[in-house]
Amino acid sequence: MAIADLANPSRFLRFAKRTIPWLGGLAVVVFAFGINQALVAPDDYQQGATVKIMFLHVPGAWLGMLGWAVMTIAALGTLVWRHPLADVTAKAAAPIGAAFTLMCLVTGSLWGRPMWGTYWVWDARLTSVLLLFLLYLGVIALWRTVDDPSRAARATAILTLVGAIDLPIIKFSVDWWNTLHQPASVFRLGAPAIDPSILIPLFIMTAAFTLAFATLLLASMRNEILRRRVRTLRLMQASAVA
Amino acid sequence: MQAANHMGFIVAAYGTAIAVVGGLTAWVMLDYRTQLRNLADLEKRGVIRRSAPPHPQPAREPTKEEA
Repeated sequence: MAIADLANPSRFLRFAKRTIPWLGGLAVVVFAFGINQALVAPDDYQQGATVKIMFLHVPGAWLGMLGWAVMTIAALGTLVWRHPLADVTAKAAAPIGAAFTLMCLVTGSLWGRPMWGTYWVWDARLTSVLLLFLLYLGVIALWRTVDDPSRAARATAILTLVGAIDLPIIKFSVDWWNTLHQPASVFRLGAPAIDPSILIPLFIMTAAFTLAFATLLLASMRNEILRRRVRTLRLMQASAVA
Repeated sequence: MQAANHMGFIVAAYGTAIAVVGGLTAWVMLDYRTQLRNLADLEKRGVIRRSAPPHPQPAREPTKEEA
């Protein structure tokens, strides 16, 4: 099946029905392996056992940003290409991205208290991630405010494109400003600054969370297509009665 | 820097992750059931999509005219 064929909602529903159980099953298997690797990973020489929080915090940060990147591409799909599934994707990705951003913020705070001596500082990295979370809440609120999905899609697409400015700010905040948050240690020029004994479990956990994200996104898109069918049928029923 | 000192923070972080992934999964599954139930209710009332596949008709004996 070509990617373009999935633009048809009925074909997408058949694709989702086949794919979701396999993707979800794979996520569970990778999670089981990743958690096992995380538990046996050695303590860090500086962070001690709290390095285990990184196996959750880093995937949360990655998926919070990935969610908005998906929404940004979907926003272009809505405004430029008018792809039938673009706004479905954007609407489905928002609460999932928001949840992973919240996970990033909470686990980061729980790591910060023993390591920095505080749950929160208003440094550029933390503040820009908090802004991302607030942007997610704004997009979710906007979807709920406008009743007509196509009008809501255009409004949220514009907000999403504006909010995308926050993604490079998050990424480069540790380089542009003096921050308490550490600089890039995985995706940076040269080799990662993390020992393989910690880096490998981190990659496995990130893969597991990414598979969970993909499964939840597909399932949520399927739900949104069904919700729109219900809405259309109710409108048909109401107009038949009137 | 002993693991025991920080165990509470580690457990709270993993609890948060379980709540986020578990909560999202439960929400998506409940939402799916709700939409299926809504569609079934509408179908029961005879409201179906024009492009919906037709229900299979039970086999019937040919009428005299058809025979």
